[in-house]
Amino acid sequence: MWKTVLRRFLIMIPQLIILSMLVFLLAKMMPGDPFTGMINPNSDAREIARLRQAYGLNDPWWVQYCRWVGNMFHGDLGQSYIQHVPVASLIWDRAVNTFWLSLLTVLLTYSIAIPMGISAGRHQDEWQDQAIQIFNYITFAVPGFVFYILGIWLFSFTLGWFPISGSVSANASGFWGVLGSRLYHMILPAILYALITTTTIVQYLRTGIVDNKVEDYVRTARSKGVPENVVFHKHILRNSVLPIVAFLGNTITGLLSGSMIIESVFSYPGMGKLFLDSISQRDYTTLTALILLFGMLTLLGNLISDILLSIVDPRIRVK
Amino acid sequence: MDRQKDVLLDIQHLHTAYRLSGKFYDAADDINLTLKKDEILAIVGESGCGKSTIAASIIGLYDHKNTKVTGDILYKELNLVGLNENLFDKIRGNNIGMIFQDPLSSLNPLMRVGDQVAETLYYHTEMNEQERHARVIELFNQVGMPKPEEMYAMYPHELSGGLRQRVVIAIAIACKPEIIIADEPTTALDVTIQAQILDLLEDIQRQSHSGIILITHDLGVVAETADQVAVMYAGQIIEKADVKTIFGHPLHPYTRSLLNSMPQADDEEAADLHVIQGTVPSLKNMPRTGDRFAARIPWIPASAHESKPVMHEVAPGHLVRCTCYKEFHFQDQPAQEGAGA
Repeated sequence: MWKTVLRRFLIMIPQLIILSMLVFLLAKMMPGDPFTGMINPNSDAREIARLRQAYGLNDPWWVQYCRWVGNMFHGDLGQSYIQHVPVASLIWDRAVNTFWLSLLTVLLTYSIAIPMGISAGRHQDEWQDQAIQIFNYITFAVPGFVFYILGIWLFSFTLGWFPISGSVSANASGFWGVLGSRLYHMILPAILYALITTTTIVQYLRTGIVDNKVEDYVRTARSKGVPENVVFHKHILRNSVLPIVAFLGNTITGLLSGSMIIESVFSYPGMGKLFLDSISQRDYTTLTALILLFGMLTLLGNLISDILLSIVDPRIRVK
Repeated sequence: MDRQKDVLLDIQHLHTAYRLSGKFYDAADDINLTLKKDEILAIVGESGCGKSTIAASIIGLYDHKNTKVTGDILYKELNLVGLNENLFDKIRGNNIGMIFQDPLSSLNPLMRVGDQVAETLYYHTEMNEQERHARVIELFNQVGMPKPEEMYAMYPHELSGGLRQRVVIAIAIACKPEIIIADEPTTALDVTIQAQILDLLEDIQRQSHSGIILITHDLGVVAETADQVAVMYAGQIIEKADVKTIFGHPLHPYTRSLLNSMPQADDEEAADLHVIQGTVPSLKNMPRTGDRFAARIPWIPASAHESKPVMHEVAPGHLVRCTCYKEFHFQDQPAQEGAGA
């Protein structure tokens, strides 16, 4: 077990190095540098050249890369060109917002998807299954942004149950007031986002149950005289959740990366929106920091998935 | 009366029908069989002839929505046909143990093999955890598993096919059942392992005095282990006798063809194996009238077959379906004619 974890962890190191180099070189290849934006007809070309020299931009790329990585280890991700604040604090604020929205979404997703997947798999081809399949086709086929905008139009605009955008109202005060307001702002995006993301989990779980319930080992369990509901929960279901466990790691790390679409539709100040904004404003320091962070989160998610999977599935443990 | 007491399983007029595109078709058609204590009853036939259907009907493991079972399966006094599922759960694994064909897939990949055996004990005995563990170790010893303590904590993928089949057998015999159904227990195994597993089954039967139903298409296995033999073709039993009669004095054309298509190691002339023409008809296309085997021996005149073939007791305990056996001869092999008549 620990060997599996250690081995997976060691594999991650070269992956991280390659990822950070790619991100750094891509950023270098983009036109301009931090001082390009400052140039105006009154700029002194020598002053710019002096600044370039002072900030080490004339050094070879590997020297700059090492400095960049070194700074990162000190928590210094650089300054945002646009907002003129440290990128680290910018990301931190947004990450907190995204974390709470994503957490609520994930909790909703699993509490909707698991009962639905079980019901569909257990009552395969019966009316429960067919109703769930229709729901799945709709949520799978309708693009997210259409679904969210329809949701806003219906629940916020027409019915007025929820706020249309933002993460907290300006006049909320006190700890509970702010918390309540934040929660109130999260409910609609979380529900809509959860409904879209259930599809995959429902489908995986349903297929797993349908495939596993005709397996030979299930027949063996029945031939032992194990009651049917125990056969289902102990034998069929445990084998059917393996594919879901396989992407649970990415769900966990997704708590921090957020969703670009839902956050921009709801103007929710989270990581996804920050990413989109940095692209449109060409805020390169923020952008590279975010890309690196998303990449690291993906690697970490895969690591968590592998560890979880090796806990539940003895077949993939390394001896 | 004493004879009657020895009967463990009495199957009478069993019909098991599967639903195919809305209609039910008999996969097991009017099966009559008895299994006694201390007896190994072999059910033989080609794939798709209904052998496993009988096993599934006995142990009540079939798709209840799409299967119709009628007739009687008497386990002592108790009729297993239509038995309440909760009651059946108390019998399965306890009074009737089952061994399956493919040991690679018949164990749960996520559970330690020892726990899978202990699960049977959990539902049928009052043992506590330590007692169950001890009993599993005892069973592993009995089925010839090396290092039983270590084996307990292994997962199925860590064991060879032969060892997995021993685990499956340990599950089947854990509660000392009176009836063991072995559905092609050696088909998926290497030849050397096959012999070991068959020896093990015979050992178990000698020790426990249980009755074993051995389902197989392998006549070698039958000759080696069985006491009584029922030969099936297209959902029906076509010949029934003790093992000596079946191999020494077979009557039905199908039985004779099967035996004739068996390779003989000591017979050099039999380099060319006999091939039975055609295939077993599919469930939907099975002839429901006349002799079902007639189509595969077209050189025998139609007049030789009964219009409604029934079982004839030609000698005490030797039953054969249809009278066509009297006129049967092999095609292009006149030398062997009359071997059975």
